[in-house]
Amino acid sequence: MSEANNQQPKPINQTRYMKLSGLEPLVLSPEMNFINVGERTNVAGSRKFLRLIKEEKFEEALAIARDQVEGGAQIIDINMDDGMIDGKEAMVRFLHLIMAEPDISRVPIMIDSSKWDIIEAGLQVVQGKCVVNSISLKEGEDAFRKHVRLLKRYGAAVIVMAFDEVGQADDYDSRCRIAKRSYDIMVDELGFPSEDIIFDLNIFPVATGMEEHRKNAIDFIEATHWVRTNLLNASVSGGVSNVSFSFRGNNIVREAMHSVFLYHAIQKGMNMGIVNPAMLEVYDDIPKDLLEHVEDVILDRRDDATERLLDFAESVKGTGKVQVQNLEWREGTLQERITHALVKGLDTYIVEDVEEARKQAAKPLEVIEVNLMIGMGVVGDLFGDGKMFLPQVVKSARVMKKAVAYLMPYIEAEKDENNKAQGKVLLATVKGDVHDIGKNIVGVVLACNNYEIIDLGVMVAPEVILEEAKKHQVDVIGLSGLITPSLDEMVHVAKEMKRLDFEMPLLIGGATTSRAHTAVKIAEQYDHGVVHVLDASRSVPVVSTLINDDTREAFLKDTYTEYDSLREGYLNRARKKVYLPLEEARTNKFQIEWKPEEIYTPKKTGVHVVEELDFNELLPYLDWTPFFQSWELHGKFPALLEDEIVGEQASELYADASAMLQRIVDEKWFSAKAVYGLFPANTIENSDDIEVYTDASRTEVLETILTLRQQSKKGKGKPNIALADFIAPKETKLEDYIGGFCVTTGFGVEEIADKYKEDLDDYNSIMVKALGDRFAEAFAEYLHDKIRKEFWGYASEENLSNEELIREAYQGIRPAPGYPACPDHTEKRTLWRLLNVEENIGVKLTDSLAMWPTAAVSGLYFAHPKARYFGLGKITKEQVHDFATRRGFSNEEAERWLAPNLNE
Amino acid sequence: MKHISEIVKERILVLDGAMGTMLQAYNFTEEDFRGSQFKDWKLSVKGNNDMLSITQPEAIKEVHRKYFAAGADIVETNTFSSTTIAMADYEMEDYVYQLNYESAKIAKEVADEFTKENPDKPRFVAGSIGPTNKTGSMSPDVNDPGYRAITFDELRIAYKQQAEALLDGGADLLLVETVFDTLNAKAALFAIEEVKEERNIEVPVMLSGTITDASGRTLSGQTAEAFLISVSHVPLLTVGLNCALGADALVPHLEAISKNTNYGVSAHPNAGLPNAFGEYDETPEEMATQIKEYLDKSLVNIVGGCCGTTPDHIKAIADVAGQYKPRRIVSGF
Repeated sequence: MSEANNQQPKPINQTRYMKLSGLEPLVLSPEMNFINVGERTNVAGSRKFLRLIKEEKFEEALAIARDQVEGGAQIIDINMDDGMIDGKEAMVRFLHLIMAEPDISRVPIMIDSSKWDIIEAGLQVVQGKCVVNSISLKEGEDAFRKHVRLLKRYGAAVIVMAFDEVGQADDYDSRCRIAKRSYDIMVDELGFPSEDIIFDLNIFPVATGMEEHRKNAIDFIEATHWVRTNLLNASVSGGVSNVSFSFRGNNIVREAMHSVFLYHAIQKGMNMGIVNPAMLEVYDDIPKDLLEHVEDVILDRRDDATERLLDFAESVKGTGKVQVQNLEWREGTLQERITHALVKGLDTYIVEDVEEARKQAAKPLEVIEVNLMIGMGVVGDLFGDGKMFLPQVVKSARVMKKAVAYLMPYIEAEKDENNKAQGKVLLATVKGDVHDIGKNIVGVVLACNNYEIIDLGVMVAPEVILEEAKKHQVDVIGLSGLITPSLDEMVHVAKEMKRLDFEMPLLIGGATTSRAHTAVKIAEQYDHGVVHVLDASRSVPVVSTLINDDTREAFLKDTYTEYDSLREGYLNRARKKVYLPLEEARTNKFQIEWKPEEIYTPKKTGVHVVEELDFNELLPYLDWTPFFQSWELHGKFPALLEDEIVGEQASELYADASAMLQRIVDEKWFSAKAVYGLFPANTIENSDDIEVYTDASRTEVLETILTLRQQSKKGKGKPNIALADFIAPKETKLEDYIGGFCVTTGFGVEEIADKYKEDLDDYNSIMVKALGDRFAEAFAEYLHDKIRKEFWGYASEENLSNEELIREAYQGIRPAPGYPACPDHTEKRTLWRLLNVEENIGVKLTDSLAMWPTAAVSGLYFAHPKARYFGLGKITKEQVHDFATRRGFSNEEAERWLAPNLNE
Repeated sequence: MKHISEIVKERILVLDGAMGTMLQAYNFTEEDFRGSQFKDWKLSVKGNNDMLSITQPEAIKEVHRKYFAAGADIVETNTFSSTTIAMADYEMEDYVYQLNYESAKIAKEVADEFTKENPDKPRFVAGSIGPTNKTGSMSPDVNDPGYRAITFDELRIAYKQQAEALLDGGADLLLVETVFDTLNAKAALFAIEEVKEERNIEVPVMLSGTITDASGRTLSGQTAEAFLISVSHVPLLTVGLNCALGADALVPHLEAISKNTNYGVSAHPNAGLPNAFGEYDETPEEMATQIKEYLDKSLVNIVGGCCGTTPDHIKAIADVAGQYKPRRIVSGF
């Protein structure tokens, strides 16, 4: 027992509590015990943060702030005091950016600087109530008074350093004296709220070997107690890592010192502090002998405490935590082992365990119906409660499939006809669409929950869907799609279901689908229930509710009530929105002052093919965030890996993906091919069409690229943009250019995915497709980089980080047909002709103009510095019909292709 | 005359209703708006309601009179947009002092008439300070989240001008209202504190935020309690909420404020939510029934109306408010 523990601490009396705010309140009530301040966004505390600020990589610096908040910091300290940084500018800029990130700005900000003008600049840009770090009597009472008055007027709490004209308080008496003097001026003289004062009583290192440092920790702790019991409502804070400074390099001792120090200081009233949670051992977990040596030093209990700890430290140095594969679970009962294997996704022992179960069971089917279903029930519950995540569930399914595959021959041998699943679900990606990652995930999740899945695959024609549904007597049909024309296909299937008197419910899912679209366009076509399912995790409750006769009607009624109001809201908004006549929209085009120096002649024009690119080249361009999204793990990479809730799962998935990535590269699983072309081009006067010429003479038109123009009425000075605005019009006489490209990394993906599937490994089958998609995107990014710097060469000086690339910080754009700036999928046909895509690299277009293989990206290149991405938004029939004439379509055909953008 | 900070502890005070809704009935033309002073103004000014205090003062006084007659204790000056920042739309920055001064002056004249008639129910003028049309802590450009269209100092200077002119014209208190960005409100409070210090006076201040939608947050993203904490560093007569939502939807947010402050609490909601045509169609009786919930729960000290409310609404509110004791104020102004 330590001395400190023997004394009954004098109670801390408090009448008011500090209240701070970001977007949300933070009240330092006594139950809060201790407030942890995040310190990584401090240029003095984090080398990485300093580097990012110096290099003006504010976006990455924001990720550090986000990590802090997600890691549990209740306040974040921001400090820009560095000789090489314009501190005021950096503080304001960073705070501005933080204010735009609600997941960061929900916590209060600590504005940290030794310069008053930086502090004041910070206070002027934060809406919430901040903490200022810090002021002191160092420069005398006048400056101190001036600062306190202003802080009161800005409305901020403040850290007051125990520092006066003479110097920093370094013993018990001077800490108490300076704190009292500061407090009296602030509270009694200036009326500053006492609860908004936080004293930093200076934490100094102990065990330095110098006699005068022996009492550094205990003096702080005792002075903390004096402040908390004598200066009403004031708080006490400090930077904890200082105390262990002399043990740098020995983290085991440091972590123990921090937690011992905090343990005692918090008991004495320290209620706020800067602590790195990674550098903190749990007090109760500190080995007894180490604890004793550390407490001797912190509490200054022995003359030889420092020597003894130094000696002891040598013995614990370098002892790291060793990860041993824990096989304790193998000791459990058979059911416990099976459940554990399913929950943890471990397939090493599953066949062994299932065999044991089979021998015990009356018939092999029982193993599925009892043992495995109990385990999957646990998985389902955990998933439903948000305690398991999709990648884990898919791994569970892999174990399940392996177990079932082992049992199947035995079951067949028994010829038992009673194997009845909960229900049958038919899944299909609709005609013209080839994307199936999401659909496969839904299939796996439903199968886990004992539904029989009839998966018809991709590009399934409506008549096949309906025929198979009848044949198998399915209970539910689920349609999936990623590209916009698929939406129309879904409407078509719904209409057909009505015509043919179907009665089972229809589920709608996939990235391009939405509740609104389902409500407005599909639900009305079919009377027996059309339900939009947001993601795989929702598919189970929806299907089980729909299959159950007792719950179906009520659920559909609720859903339809909701859809009715969505539809009404949509129609109301659609009516309110004002659209310009096409002519007027064209007049209000995006204005560019055309200058010859902003027109760039490509280094090489014409069509070129890139073949067999080394995948290593693509690695730097990979954007992981969408990869995690496809697994329903949402958040930004890499911060996601340390996310409090999904971080562990994300890290595991990342490790698995990285391992596969290595194999893809090393074993050349896929092949990467691209075709691009750069052509002379000009916009036709007063139109939205771009003429592409056969050669530099610009006499013969090779193809005409049709673009669409925003038509909704904009605010003053805001243009109605079309892509054509970014190419110099003919009348400027400037010789402008346009580019086109198609890249693929998809050859080989399907084969490998299928192989995994045959091995009952959906997890890796989905993984390989998701990585294929990522590589295609990376390839597009890589090629665009080459285009900018070499092939077209208009940005040879450019030097951007991968993050800046993802943010699209570069000059020029590469809009893709089917995406917001160019929702017209039919433009792909023009592109295919221009680049001879199919012949050159083998990428084909489906009826709905999806690309095959799916891991492919195509688009146009625009080089002008003013060119930017935009969303077309809704357009009127007038423009659609104008487009029909230009494209040589009938009005109906054009309306069908552009249906998602039509304003009615 | 008893000070308003005393009266507000004794009974529930009633604030007036919408000015804009009332002015619509006059169907003023461009010429009416211009009056004689702005006969040849370079820009179209129709819709600049604040300038009617100069060009059509009788109409403004008539509206104030109707609200007092309906039972309001406090009317707001017709100065919601009378800052250099908001007046820039009409290039009328140079007339900001006159706008605020005249608005306060005519409101005070009407208030004095009513006080004289019934000295037991003194009437007050609150100088209305709107949020301006720029936000201090948000970027108007979605592509550039770090951009700001206005600085704290620009806001502070504009608010200071407005506060000084309102007080010169005779406003009894200041009402910083419809706060959608707390940073703007903090600049206004900073400016008012400066005026108080320079003139060595005390001015009662009411502060009223706006919860913009069902999420329960201000436009700048704060919860009601975070908003309250961010503005409680200066002494306030009341802190509360107005606009955006109807009376019933405000209840949970008023509770969050009422529970956590020692200042008085105010509420002046809209007459319901706008219908499909952008009109407010909650009747006085419906609104009064909802206000009754505030009173049953003892949530407020000052209550009134915002968009879409009329003297009939205020009368219905005043009638029900008269039957209740105010929420207890522990300390404060």
